Amino acid sequence: MKEVELKMLERAKALLERGEVARVIGWKKGDFCFDPTPASFESVDELKDFTYDWFCGANLSKYLIQMSKKDGKTAVFLKPCDTYSFNQLVKEHRIAREKVYVIAVECLGKLNIEAIKEKTDGIVESVSVVDKDVKVVTTSGEFTLYKPEVVLSKCAVCNKTHQVKDEEIIIHERPERDVNRFEEVEKLEAMTAEERFAFWKAQLSKCIRCNACRNVCPACSCIKCVFDNPQSGIAAKANDSDFEEQLFHIIRAFHVSGRCTDCGECSRVCPQNIPLHLLNRKFIKDIDNLYGEYQAGETSDGKTPLTSYSENDAEPTDVVNGEAK
Amino acid sequence: MLKIAKENLNALYAKINETMGLFIPIKKAGEVNYHVWGEGKEVSIETLKTVKSPKNMFFPQTENMMKFKTDGKNLEIIDVRESFNERRSFVLFGVKACDYKAIEVLDKVFLADPVDSFYQDRRQRTTVVTLACSKPEESCFCGVFGIDATAPQGDVTTWLDNEYLYWQANTEKGENLTTLVKELMENGGETEVAAQQEATKAVLAKLPFAALDLSRFKPENLNDLFNDPAWEEMSEACLGCGTCTFVCPTCQCFDIRDFKTNEGVVRYRCWDSCMYSDFTLMAHGNSRTTQMQRFRQRFMHKLVYYPSQNDGLYSCVGCGRCVNKCPQRLNIVKVIKTLGGKNDD
Repeated sequence: MKEVELKMLERAKALLERGEVARVIGWKKGDFCFDPTPASFESVDELKDFTYDWFCGANLSKYLIQMSKKDGKTAVFLKPCDTYSFNQLVKEHRIAREKVYVIAVECLGKLNIEAIKEKTDGIVESVSVVDKDVKVVTTSGEFTLYKPEVVLSKCAVCNKTHQVKDEEIIIHERPERDVNRFEEVEKLEAMTAEERFAFWKAQLSKCIRCNACRNVCPACSCIKCVFDNPQSGIAAKANDSDFEEQLFHIIRAFHVSGRCTDCGECSRVCPQNIPLHLLNRKFIKDIDNLYGEYQAGETSDGKTPLTSYSENDAEPTDVVNGEAK
Repeated sequence: MLKIAKENLNALYAKINETMGLFIPIKKAGEVNYHVWGEGKEVSIETLKTVKSPKNMFFPQTENMMKFKTDGKNLEIIDVRESFNERRSFVLFGVKACDYKAIEVLDKVFLADPVDSFYQDRRQRTTVVTLACSKPEESCFCGVFGIDATAPQGDVTTWLDNEYLYWQANTEKGENLTTLVKELMENGGETEVAAQQEATKAVLAKLPFAALDLSRFKPENLNDLFNDPAWEEMSEACLGCGTCTFVCPTCQCFDIRDFKTNEGVVRYRCWDSCMYSDFTLMAHGNSRTTQMQRFRQRFMHKLVYYPSQNDGLYSCVGCGRCVNKCPQRLNIVKVIKTLGGKNDD
């Protein structure tokens, strides 16, 4: 990753020096080895804090909504999964495409510090990765962890590749992976309705309604969310019961269906670790089944299954009765 | 000092629960938060940081304040406080030193004139049993605010090691609780507690945030801090979500709203977040229109406004929840380092 970081830094420097872009969006070093923050860099001098490491899980594409409104061009580093969100935002005319310079970067799966801390003891001092081994040095000693067990949930089943055209790509040579991203969804589908209800009730009852899932979601790009609008009649800061959050989360999942690229940011940011991505992924699976395979964000143009009509579309009644193809 | 073997803790919880409600860290769907105890629940008092702080025991995330019923032209106002008499007393168990200090911060807001009777009622009914920390982590910085994680206050202070929970009553409420559960305990523990405290203090002293410099956060620097150009950069990545405020043990802002039900109107309050775009929304609009201003408000409140009104007491207790939970890894430590003194450079 260090090698990639150096290449990124080199590109960022050149772009800023030559005045080709007014700013670069990337990540800034934190206080530890695992807490980089998304940041914009406007000068070569500011790049001294630049970093790209195993903890740069944040998807930077949504920041471009604001950044592309500023003067000058913005360069951005996007991981494979982030490029889907970027395309989708361009498609929805949220980002001024001509004002963005995309540099696609290697990812190989980002780490989840909470999972690492759970499997180690003491205060984490350094984390390094060699192939599938994650070596963690803490004040209590050295630990070697199996990487697939400590990556972010969104990275565990990712097989995304870069989807940006005519742009720069900094080494991306991840081997093809044989993963089934619907495995967890299938487990939920196999449950009885009662079991499934109990599962979601237990999970969604943890919700503290901080709105992190919504605010980080690239598909949630409404200028004013209906839930924040006191005039909407459904503005909600409070839960009527500890399970009322089902409404918020299910409505949100419906609203982003067909547009959700499965970037997994919702689950990454949830302070209570609710697997929110599973709601979205269920809808993705249903769309695949009902309208043919579709991956939101694969391109920044073209028709989408839920916003176009064809005579072969599944009939709603068939869907409800479980008779659709 | 008293002690009780770890394997008998369940009996202790059951004993308390016979006469009082018991709120204690419990793991549910993978996360540990304070919940009502019951037989068979997965208690986890050794969890260093519950996701939500125990503040919602006194200041719940939502709470009904009054109800209105209309009958023709008659309006009936129902004061829900009348039902307070029916409430049970309860024990809040396992509170860490930082979270206990946070209760002091909240007391100064809710128990100052005019007293918040909703908060006061819960506070008076509660016996707080604190638990000393023995495994602080890198995000902890309570020591910066003068808090001793190895000797929390509270009605009862406890310490936990691999074999025993050690018990020390500090107040009359604590003595009363001790009388109730004494039969389950035996004497002893002074040596073990002292040894644990010493070992933990050595860890605390070496924590990465142990030397944060707060010297610049004083009322006389209010304008300089407020106008510091660094706020723009510090807040740039902020999503405007409420995670930091809702996991924070000292955030105390709430909104009051009316909710129409089939049986009339309920007036409730709920936690609010200064990070939200509709926070303190008034008829003329909003006084803070950018995320930078909202971000600045939160940290200025914790580090400057609150202490300037409370004899220098900061309204951050260094629990480090925001350090762990901010989706984009912004937090009060980064603010303190950027704007504070320079002993970090």
